[in-house]
Amino acid sequence: MASKVEGWKDEVYGEEVRDHLFRFAEEGWSAIPDEEHDAWFERFKWWGLYHQRKGQESYFMMRVGTPNGRMTPEQLRVVGEIARDYATGPVDNPEFGDAYCDWTTRQSIQMHWIQLQDVPEIFEKLEAHGLSTIQACGDSWRNIVGSPMAGRDADEHIDAWPVIKELNETFKGNDDHSNLPRKWKVAVTGDTRGSGQAEINDLGFEPATKDGRKGFNVTVGGGLSRKEPRFARDIDVFVTPDTLPDVAGGLSALFRDNGDRDDRFNARIKFLVDEWGTEKLRRVLQEEYVDFELPSAGENLREGYTYNSGRSDETGDYVGVHDQVDGQNFVGLSVLVGRMGAEDVIELADLAEKYGSELVGLTQRQNIVVADIADEDLDEFLAEDLLEHYSPDPHPFMRGSIACTGTEYCSLSIVETKNRMVRYARWLKNNVELPEGLTDFHIHLSGCTASCAQPQIADISLRGMKTRKDGEPVEAFDIGLGGGLGENPQFADWVEMRVAADEVPGYIENLLGIYEERRDEGESFREFIARHTDDELNGLAEPEETSYEDPYLGNTKLTWYPYADDSDMDAAPTPADD
Amino acid sequence: MTTSVHQLDDGAWLSVNDSREVNVSDLWWLARQDFCDCEMADFLAEGFVEIGVDHPDVEGRVAGQCIACGESGVTDWVTLGRVVDPDEGEFYAVDPTSVHVPERRRRLARPAES
Ligand code: HEM
Ligand code: SF4
Ligand SMILES: [Zn+2]
Repeated sequence: MASKVEGWKDEVYGEEVRDHLFRFAEEGWSAIPDEEHDAWFERFKWWGLYHQRKGQESYFMMRVGTPNGRMTPEQLRVVGEIARDYATGPVDNPEFGDAYCDWTTRQSIQMHWIQLQDVPEIFEKLEAHGLSTIQACGDSWRNIVGSPMAGRDADEHIDAWPVIKELNETFKGNDDHSNLPRKWKVAVTGDTRGSGQAEINDLGFEPATKDGRKGFNVTVGGGLSRKEPRFARDIDVFVTPDTLPDVAGGLSALFRDNGDRDDRFNARIKFLVDEWGTEKLRRVLQEEYVDFELPSAGENLREGYTYNSGRSDETGDYVGVHDQVDGQNFVGLSVLVGRMGAEDVIELADLAEKYGSELVGLTQRQNIVVADIADEDLDEFLAEDLLEHYSPDPHPFMRGSIACTGTEYCSLSIVETKNRMVRYARWLKNNVELPEGLTDFHIHLSGCTASCAQPQIADISLRGMKTRKDGEPVEAFDIGLGGGLGENPQFADWVEMRVAADEVPGYIENLLGIYEERRDEGESFREFIARHTDDELNGLAEPEETSYEDPYLGNTKLTWYPYADDSDMDAAPTPADD
Repeated sequence: MTTSVHQLDDGAWLSVNDSREVNVSDLWWLARQDFCDCEMADFLAEGFVEIGVDHPDVEGRVAGQCIACGESGVTDWVTLGRVVDPDEGEFYAVDPTSVHVPERRRRLARPAES
């Protein structure tokens, strides 16, 4: 039997959801019949609107998909203005104030507290500037990820931007591909860093060379969610920019026709690849979905990958000043947990414009990059006040920290995430002596097993949990070690389970002390972890209470908003328009 | 009116008559259970795997783990709440902080929907 969600999708889904959305915006929140909430919330996702969690009824998070995270300064300003004008909730966030944007791990933008009645105006403003929320959530082609600096990065194999634009135009709002069994995440990169993180996407195109021609190898079936992480598997196909769209469309159609629509747990293509194996997948693709002979894979560039790779020699994360092909520079700025105040976003857009930049980009590490800064302007740009906070040369604990949405807005979350990660990073910076030579250290914190912050591919993996402390339930984390991408991608080993949230910074401090003491010459943290067995890693360092204080230790899930003075569920604001 | 139950958001919610009622990620005390060797499992609910109605009870099998011993898996059927008057459809959730007893029997009055 098809799942409940499939039933709703059969009735109304895709483009047409927009008309209903606008009707509800007109008539008001209460026009959505109570018993149809779940069905409509599911459908709204297709247009980038995700209903916030219990206690925040009638408020939505809104996601804008920006392919490769790319925007013009003008588009960035529009995003900042929308956040400023529409994304203010009933209560301020103690770290971030009243209006902000989240740069996400898939190079999209997320804003919160959006109300239905504002949606038509917001869409109008976005669309007037070439931006859209289309398919930002829901069961279809999600935002395409890849190098934000494609075409500009001097360390590039092939400029993938033209073909990414083509994919975006072809597969957004395409009726044949708008209702897939589950989300469909695509990464395309031509850079030499591995910044697309194709390994964890449903469909990946990674730089390769075959018979002297530059193009891409094709991988299928990556993803992190649940406790079933998979790296995308090589299906032994090489494409050029000319053939890439046909293969992408063929695989999307293959998924549409063969993915599991009965069981959403089993629906992602990673499970189909498990079941079929790559040979059958390739054969079905060849026989039924493309009309030319698929060439076998070319030579890849994995050995040189630096993005989230845990190497000691190079970081590859776009932060700092880097050369462009045209002799100018792009400057990557660190945005802790990806959250940036609306006024700061507008200011950055103004700055970018003032310096003649035509492109800003978001990275999968939740940071922002400003392109096209001329050599002669560089010093002045770097001295701008705003860059003190969003630094091109951040402390490693600030630079490497990523966090998902968490109990602040997300109904799946077990724990508070972003504010806690900010407090962790700050405490670590102020209290922990950095091991000599450690320039990059990745902590990825996710509120649940959905893994939106990509916890399994970090030096320190944190995944929301509960435990009891003195008999009382408290927020906690499972801690994993040793994950990362690069030449040999590896998922973390989960080594410490159910560590109370206030003992995590102490654990990291202790672990870094052990690393400093026992590492070999020139050994990166990831390499150090990799040479230990699971057994050795278990209990290698002790969790410990320290001077770190955690204001969110209780059950933030039971609040209507974790930071409200009266955070009790009963104190939740009543739905907006009535 | 028959009571309609299903799970949403990848098993994060139990929905009864199209209203989100019970959420995962709470700790439940489970007694007389085969889930783990603890006398009482201190069970962290992570996802609803199966949902069913055995009037007046709404029941579920829940994936998760005992945080006392670390055992993880899926529970037997646990009562999650009840719909006393099916015509009215009002759902009363059980209190997760009290002690619950999973049962092994199973003949559903109505097949589970997913
Ligand atoms: C069925 C539930 C969900 C699943 C299985 C899920 C899974 C994931 C995964 C695995 C990623 C990570 C990146 C990757 O692998 O490429 C991701 C991204 C993300 N998720 Fe979720 N998620 C779910 C629901 C939510 C909810 C409810 C929220 C917030 C309210 C959320 C917020 C995000 C954000 C902000 C990102 C960043 C990426 C983007 O722009 O798409 N997710 N999700
Ligand atoms: S990882 Fe879990 S808690 Fe975090 S945003 Fe994703 S679904 Fe929510
Ligand atoms: Zn136990």
